[in-house]
Amino acid sequence: MMNKLLFGRFIPGHSLIHHLDPRNKLLLSFYFIGIIFLANNWPTYLCLFIFTMLAVRLSGIKMSFFIRGVRPLIWLILFTVLLQVFFTRGGTTYWSWGPIVLSQYGIVNGIYIFMRFLLIIFMSTLLTLTTQPLSLADAIEAILKPLRVVRFPVYEVALMLSIALRFVPTLMDETEKIMNAQRARGVDFGEGNLFQQMRAIVPLLIPLFVSSFNRAEDLATAMEARGYRGGEGRSKYRILTWHMSDTWTVIAFALLTGVLVWLRA
Amino acid sequence: MDITFKNVAFTYQAGTPFESQALHDIDLTIADHSFTAIIGHTGSGKSTLVQHLNALLKPTSGTVTIGDRVITPTTNNKNLKPIRKKVGMVFQFPENQLFEETVVKDIAFGPMNFGVAAEDATKTAQRMLDLVGLPQELSDRSPFDLSGGQMRRVAIAGVLAMEPEVLILDEPTAGLDPVGRRDIMGMVERLHREQQLTVILITHHMEDVANYADHVIVMEHGTVVKVGAPRAVFQDVNWLQERQLGVPETAEFATALQKRGFKFSQIPLTEAELADALLDQLPGEAVHQQHDE
Repeated sequence: MMNKLLFGRFIPGHSLIHHLDPRNKLLLSFYFIGIIFLANNWPTYLCLFIFTMLAVRLSGIKMSFFIRGVRPLIWLILFTVLLQVFFTRGGTTYWSWGPIVLSQYGIVNGIYIFMRFLLIIFMSTLLTLTTQPLSLADAIEAILKPLRVVRFPVYEVALMLSIALRFVPTLMDETEKIMNAQRARGVDFGEGNLFQQMRAIVPLLIPLFVSSFNRAEDLATAMEARGYRGGEGRSKYRILTWHMSDTWTVIAFALLTGVLVWLRA
Repeated sequence: MDITFKNVAFTYQAGTPFESQALHDIDLTIADHSFTAIIGHTGSGKSTLVQHLNALLKPTSGTVTIGDRVITPTTNNKNLKPIRKKVGMVFQFPENQLFEETVVKDIAFGPMNFGVAAEDATKTAQRMLDLVGLPQELSDRSPFDLSGGQMRRVAIAGVLAMEPEVLILDEPTAGLDPVGRRDIMGMVERLHREQQLTVILITHHMEDVANYADHVIVMEHGTVVKVGAPRAVFQDVNWLQERQLGVPETAEFATALQKRGFKFSQIPLTEAELADALLDQLPGEAVHQQHDE
């Protein structure tokens, strides 16, 4: 079940994209989602599409990984696209039945929405596939740093985030193990009516919580034993560095923005 | 109820970029009423293999026959319960699977899933407490109040309560103190002897293999590299040590003695065997003197 989850997984590699500064990558991914909304006609969408494909190509990761990333969301995408297609009026109307219409604008809008989903998923998949979760946590910490001015506990949040990320796979393994152990004792997961299915979760959830509590206690003790006294005055082992290639990607995104603004209707 | 593997291969996350093959071409039979030990280096596929024994995993190719049920890659996930009832599985660190409010409820959980009435299940649970050597006073306590060793016994009792014909134990003594280890292994041995249970034991303790098992399966890199009686498998001390598997301490000691001139027709596996073998080789006088003292 969880084996099929691709989102949030990292594939080691040595491409240009892999070596970018994670702060840069994270910010640019958000920026990309922002500029997608600049696009409002065919040339702009084409431009974004080519740009994304180029980035995917540069990462050296097989296309099939990205398509797999779209798969879990396909129903949401189709639902949204169909709503757009059948409830937008304008242009030539090809067919109508009560409030449902199939119009020229509707079809075009549907395709646009589909493109938006696709590009956003591709870009975010690119980010997670090429960046180690811990680097991402570092990047988030660096980006949140300015919030210290308003007494936001940046350090604590960053620590929680990196611990949480570190334990996602461990907890997944543990879930799988407990599920199997309970299956061996005759529990059917995901079978029967809603009530039965929910009851089957209890033998999974309670052990998971209990072991998380135990784990947290052990981890806290181990951290204290190793001299952890909070965020003040600590040095850093992993230091993020800005390379020339980071500057180039920023320039590439600036150019893309320029072209989009120029091409948009 | 024999269990047979025919050309079984298993791949984790098949069809994804992260796929990894854990089992290659496994052919083996686990006979009814046998005490089988599975040994092998960490990551050699032992745990993956045993999860095939009660259809928690289905082979990616080949077939597994459990009693009269045949599990193929296309076997439906429904109706596997009868298999799971017959093949009880104690996972590594089974204390992590406890969840009920009281010890008795937790033990009765398994049987009740297989349709046993609550009253009967409770009775079975109380019987199981004796079987695993826990006092009846514990029955109404919360399983989370118990010590690690007691929790493990409760977990094992929970599996035994399903009254399986085959009992699989994945490193049941990992992390226990020597007394706890001996108790648990003694209990397993007793169940095997008295109730004719087929026992399948994954372990890194070669002493346990030598003392209890009558059949050994050696795994390496997802394949079965050796099958046989412990005596046959442990004869080849060098072969095992090359594979970083080790042999019982007794066998190791005997091999060292062999280099210094002692002769053994067979490498002794248990302390009693070693003592007997040595007794014959010592000069008669000395032996008799010792016996007189």
